[in-house]
Amino acid sequence: MAENAITTKELIKKENLVYQKTKLLTDDVMHYCPGCGHGTTHRLIAEIIEEMGIQSEIIGVAPVGCSVLMYNYMNIDMQEAAHGRAPAVATGIKRLLPEKYVFTYQGDGDLAAIGTAETIHACNRGENITIIFINNGIYGMTGGQMAPTTLVGMKSSTTPYGREVSQMGNPIKMTDLVANLPGTYFVSRQSVHTPGNVRKTKKAIRKAFEYQALNKGTCFVEVVSNCPSGWKMTPLESNKWLAENMLPFYPLGDMKVPEQ
Amino acid sequence: MAKIKGAIVVDINGCKGCELCITACPTEVIFLSDDVNVKGYHYAYMANPDVCTGCSNCAIICPDGVITVYRKKIS
Repeated sequence: MAENAITTKELIKKENLVYQKTKLLTDDVMHYCPGCGHGTTHRLIAEIIEEMGIQSEIIGVAPVGCSVLMYNYMNIDMQEAAHGRAPAVATGIKRLLPEKYVFTYQGDGDLAAIGTAETIHACNRGENITIIFINNGIYGMTGGQMAPTTLVGMKSSTTPYGREVSQMGNPIKMTDLVANLPGTYFVSRQSVHTPGNVRKTKKAIRKAFEYQALNKGTCFVEVVSNCPSGWKMTPLESNKWLAENMLPFYPLGDMKVPEQ
Repeated sequence: MAKIKGAIVVDINGCKGCELCITACPTEVIFLSDDVNVKGYHYAYMANPDVCTGCSNCAIICPDGVITVYRKKIS
């Protein structure tokens, strides 16, 4: 086995490189908490843009929420929108520059609470934009308050005894809702809690970008994510909790795929 | 028989010690260091370099993209 004795130092060469952080992410250290799914999703979007070679052809719209500083991390053109208004801003950008790829990146407080009207109407009009929806079931940025997507019985800082349906109503499944609208072309729900799911999510987001070139309607991808700080768990516990509690209520898979 | 050997390089000061790469690794290569980086996090490092296959699972799950993966087929 003498010929197999290759040291780690010898292995670390440019020709053996199989994976490195994409150049489309800036060198700024992301402000997200350790283990947060936002970082993974940012990286996936950047990788897809790099692979498709559309760095100068894409415009992103950042939301208000944890990912409000997204434009600092991505080396592409980005626009900040008022809280919840990202689909409306993206509509304007896409109509003025129809040859560009336009996407919004929104959390559940932005997309499913204050921006419900903008989201539903943009999807119903069939605007040719891509919407990436990060669902962690909580208002992460403001301190873990109950969101519209908080599960029944889930504890948050404003529901310390768990969400009660009689008082707080039912959680909303935005992805199922927009899948029923005629304006959407591709609707999918994915997660980023295991390497396999990250790969699937990457494929779904890539499809959502590619379908935008067809001008057939809105592409919507929900990413079920964790919030270790808001859920008061370690990153590993939060991913386990996500698999056991979030996924039964938010089942993964494609809700609406284009007819062949 | 061809053998695949891998190696990872962790950007120590970018690591936040979330441990997601440790559970993502199928061959238990990665562990958290006893030392801390400039931000005070225990960082991930390659504790068992001999069994790394360069599968990139750790790099794919890493929220901060601090892991670079190298891989070579040794015949």
